[in-house]
Amino acid sequence: MPLVKGGKITDDSFAKLAVDTPLPESGDLLVPAERFLGEADALLKRSGKVGVIWPNNRDISELVPYLGKIVAVALVFPTFRDGRAYSQARLLRERYDYRAELRATGQVLRDQFVFMLRAGFDAFEVKKQADAEAFMQTAKRYSVFYQPTGDGRITALHRRMQLRHSEGVGT
Amino acid sequence: MYAYDEIDRTLVNERVSEFRDQVKRRLSGELTEDEFKILRLQNGVYLQLHAYMFRVAIPYGTLATNQLRALAHVARKYDRGYGHFTTRQNIQFNWIKLAELPDALEDLAKVGIHAMQTSGNNMRNVTSDQWAGVAPGEIEDPRIWSELIRQHTTLHPEFSFLPRKFKIAITASDHDRAAIRIHDIGLRLIKNEKGETGFEVLVGGGLGRTPFIAKTIKHFVHGRDILSYIEAILRVYNQYGRRDNIYKARIKILVHELGIEKFSREVEEEWQHIRNSSLQIDDEVIEDIRSRFTYPLYEKLPHMPDELRQAAADPDFEAWRKNSVAPHKVQGYSIVTISLKPTGGPPGDATAEQMDALADLADKYSFGEIRVGHEQNLTLPHVAKRDLPALWKALDKLGLATPNVNLISDIIACPGLDYCSLANARSIPIAQELTRRFANHELANLIGRLHINISGCINACGHHHVGHIGILGVEKNGEEVYQITIGGRADENAALGTLIGPGVKFDEVADVVEDIVEAYLALRERPEELFMDTVKRLGVEPFKERVYATR
Repeated sequence: MPLVKGGKITDDSFAKLAVDTPLPESGDLLVPAERFLGEADALLKRSGKVGVIWPNNRDISELVPYLGKIVAVALVFPTFRDGRAYSQARLLRERYDYRAELRATGQVLRDQFVFMLRAGFDAFEVKKQADAEAFMQTAKRYSVFYQPTGDGRITALHRRMQLRHSEGVGT
Repeated sequence: MYAYDEIDRTLVNERVSEFRDQVKRRLSGELTEDEFKILRLQNGVYLQLHAYMFRVAIPYGTLATNQLRALAHVARKYDRGYGHFTTRQNIQFNWIKLAELPDALEDLAKVGIHAMQTSGNNMRNVTSDQWAGVAPGEIEDPRIWSELIRQHTTLHPEFSFLPRKFKIAITASDHDRAAIRIHDIGLRLIKNEKGETGFEVLVGGGLGRTPFIAKTIKHFVHGRDILSYIEAILRVYNQYGRRDNIYKARIKILVHELGIEKFSREVEEEWQHIRNSSLQIDDEVIEDIRSRFTYPLYEKLPHMPDELRQAAADPDFEAWRKNSVAPHKVQGYSIVTISLKPTGGPPGDATAEQMDALADLADKYSFGEIRVGHEQNLTLPHVAKRDLPALWKALDKLGLATPNVNLISDIIACPGLDYCSLANARSIPIAQELTRRFANHELANLIGRLHINISGCINACGHHHVGHIGILGVEKNGEEVYQITIGGRADENAALGTLIGPGVKFDEVADVVEDIVEAYLALRERPEELFMDTVKRLGVEPFKERVYATR
């Protein structure tokens, strides 16, 4: 599954650790939530980087104590119809001020990229190669956004205010 | 009227271009039907019994004449020359080709119309009172807030893949014409003791398999906080709404399972985190939206012009005026309801020719504005009283002056088995037969206000639960059977109807309705006692006896 990060298809440095395999001594790992919470100390003492795969039906606030110590959170879209991870992503970015990698995994298709970017995702395990290749083009599909989110894009309401004020300036 | 600016138009165009690409990928096989399904639904495209059905949004029910003409154009060019107005301030076209849909959307986009989120598990078209802005005594025009919420909920990055569809309705009048109590969120515009504008917020209403009347979750939310409050409700719903069972996924089930107290505590906690965020609305933003709603330059006109006085001698005109014409907040003007329920016709249908002609009449007599109501009728919101006789004559020529608004033949009905792939029974032929049975205007007037609602399946698109007489078609042993309820209503005193007994056969439905009406006429204490009042006073028993004694 191609990984898109920073708008480009890149190599994935993370290996996904299964629930029951022994802990490797080195290398970057993405660890399922359950195992991460159970072995957090051991995992964080290793030399490699650690990220967490967080299921979409588990309260994201449980992860808060670890956010400063992990380098990636992977949220899950079991099907593209299931939008719970969008709420988790916004909470991580906007409420808990999480700044490291936020990865979308599962059934990630090009038609969700804009929603995901706006919710705060910056890394994408894309299901189809063609969708990954179309990432930049698809991400730029929209130039107008109605809602304020943590992505910092100016909303239509505020753009109108700016236009209105700039019209009032000058002679 | 609300004028889209360049920003809104850009978004609509970007959406059309995205959908064109999605259709192309579907037609080339790059997208599977499963992947495409949700994308087309988010653009109002269903795969129905015979063809694709295309549902176009009419936000808060307001249309400009060029927009109505564009809908006529779509009916003519891409469909079979007519459209069907629904209970959700939408219009549906039943025979559209998938490959032509992007062109149809592009044609509509030119006049600021779109089909975004008219289906799918997202926030649907925001609905409101079709008399908004002209109803006497309303708090303020609810469309200003409807438009604010429309914008906020369009392509929302967090709530476009909810557990199920989500519907918001707004009213600003004591008399609720927007049926807010049968919506996921109902908003009632009110003023607090300081004179500030805000909302009573209701949540968890809805019909279908498990009908509920919405409950008040908060008695007053200030206008500046309404977006954050809605966002809090949606965030709780998105995370905790059930996704294991499609029939239990609506917010009404979550509210019911948690209880309104626990649910409101969850919402309150979420709201405290976000209420002072960028979701808080400046007065300036509201003023900007308000400024883009333009209102007619009304003339100073007499309360009772000569034209109206003279026309009163014509009993046909008077029969129409009595139930189609309502008081307007400006003296000398009226609100005119146009019945889309002709005798023998499918409720809510209009031909392309009728739509074009109505647009001409709206330009001539209603400052270029038309409204669509959930009763599947149209409204001309600003008609000078002196023009009423001329308007009536013109409507009559178009077959649009049936004098039955709010009477027994003003039936709300879903498309049923004739079009819909979900339906188990026919709705339209039942409605047609009932309009023929009650075509006599004197009898209909004698009966008075009585709403019949018909649904062809449990999903309740015809809102049968809240019909004064509700008719639900189900399938039993390969046969269409109809269950009859009485005593439902969708207004400010919303209530669910009570089943009167076993289902009856297709051929018997009209007879049963006649029996109920006869029972009512015999039981009412005086002519002013409406059907609903008699049902309230006596309950269902006497009606049940009358219907089943001979069956």
